[in-house]
Amino acid sequence: MEIAFYLSAVVAVLATLGVVTGRHPVHALLYLIVSLIAVAMVFFALGAPFAGALEIIVYAGAIMVLFVFVVMMLNLGEAAAQQERAWLRLSTWLGPAILSGVLLLVLLVTLIGADVGGRIEGETLTAKAVGTLLFGPYLVVVELAAMLLLAALVAASHLGRSEAHDEAHAVRQVPSKRTADGRGRAASERPLGDDTSNEENSR
Amino acid sequence: MSWWTPQVEAIAFALFQALVILIAAVGAGALLTMVERRLLGLWQDRYGPNRVGPFGVLQILADMLKILFKEDWIPPFADRTFFVLAPAIAMASLLLSFMIIPITPSWGVADLHIGLLFFFAMAGINVYAVLFGGWSSGNKYALLGAMRASAQTLSYEVFMGLSLMGVVAMAGSFNMREIVAAQETIWFIVPQFFGFCTFLVAGIAVTHRHPFDQPEAEQELADGYHIEYSGMKWGMFFIGEYVGIVLVSALMVTLFLGGWHGPWLPPIVWFLLKTTVFVGFFVLLRAALPRPRYDAVMSFGWKICLPLTLINLLVTGALILVFSPAGG
Repeated sequence: MEIAFYLSAVVAVLATLGVVTGRHPVHALLYLIVSLIAVAMVFFALGAPFAGALEIIVYAGAIMVLFVFVVMMLNLGEAAAQQERAWLRLSTWLGPAILSGVLLLVLLVTLIGADVGGRIEGETLTAKAVGTLLFGPYLVVVELAAMLLLAALVAASHLGRSEAHDEAHAVRQVPSKRTADGRGRAASERPLGDDTSNEENSR
Repeated sequence: MSWWTPQVEAIAFALFQALVILIAAVGAGALLTMVERRLLGLWQDRYGPNRVGPFGVLQILADMLKILFKEDWIPPFADRTFFVLAPAIAMASLLLSFMIIPITPSWGVADLHIGLLFFFAMAGINVYAVLFGGWSSGNKYALLGAMRASAQTLSYEVFMGLSLMGVVAMAGSFNMREIVAAQETIWFIVPQFFGFCTFLVAGIAVTHRHPFDQPEAEQELADGYHIEYSGMKWGMFFIGEYVGIVLVSALMVTLFLGGWHGPWLPPIVWFLLKTTVFVGFFVLLRAALPRPRYDAVMSFGWKICLPLTLINLLVTGALILVFSPAGG
């Protein structure tokens, strides 16, 4: 299990570096997906398969799909890569890199100072144990999070819906004045509006 | 033979099992390409492919030869990495899911605690096959197909998870073997009928099968996300789809129809029989139903199936609490 932990940790770090340095947005997203899956593997190695599975389902399987979805529709070409190249100049990233390097050093010193040995071979937590904890001592936090999510869901549904309605009206009222091109655009935009509201919901 | 310890024997047997199940899954997927066309022919009152071999069974061989020897062409405007990666994801993620399915009491690849969640994770990753395939092709029809596919799969995955939570609550576990064991007395299709219906819909949608094949939709999108693919890369999308059918059928059998349970016949026969019935049902659906409009598909998922699964889960939870005093 230790080997699995360290291997997936290395993959996670390398993949995250790939996200930061990647010039192509979609390639960077692929690295991010790999990084999330690697983090899920770290959870598996630490004996938390439930958290690992949820990490893949929620982050790699749902949220990242939305990211990829949006970036793909932006159709970023060579211009975006040029811009990215400009941002990745040495003078731009050197300062933040040194500062975060100091933070990493502090973290490492604290970790080495504290006794964390033997945690990798910990016991395996079942889904039931996680559930008992969530709906036992942490019940209030779970309920608050649920309320927050519900509010977000209602807001997203409201925003998405009014737009779709207006568009439907516009198309219905002046069908003859639209050119074939215009109608095609409206038709392709409508499911898009639906999609955005769905994206919010599925979060 | 000092190295042949019981441990090595167990590992060898597990490897053998995994290999047999893998080959059987791929084989079933390949065989289905022919069986589906024959069945469609039967139901649409015409001959299917019946020229090659007796009853056309060698059609698979002919198709394989054609697919394997076709030029494996990558368009110059395509993004090579993603173009090659997409079919691999399509096939691998679905094949890996076979890992969790217990076929008989002694056969099955992995006995995971989180069994069902593993399937959800793989289904989630499977979306990328279509997304990457559609985007990297550099073709607007492919991109449209990919967008439809991702929106559709995301919205149907939400209630696919919820539709199975009733089963999980009744069995008290995500583990597939425990779910099958919990169906010793009564199959879950009876107490979880709405869960069964919604999972059936979600399963079809996730495999992009008719009537949820808007991502492909030959008539409007000229085959959608795999329009630029040819040769074996296209073949992997193709076989992947059929592997998905077999997978969803096997899952349905395991989760709702008692898996290998059944009188008289040996467990493996029951499992295969039930799975075959579902595969046949998939094909029948394609033969019988027209393709609905895309926005109708989306609103059906969010406005009918999602509330239905939520109500089902609520009622199931309430009934479990009422009838099991141990829970209180």
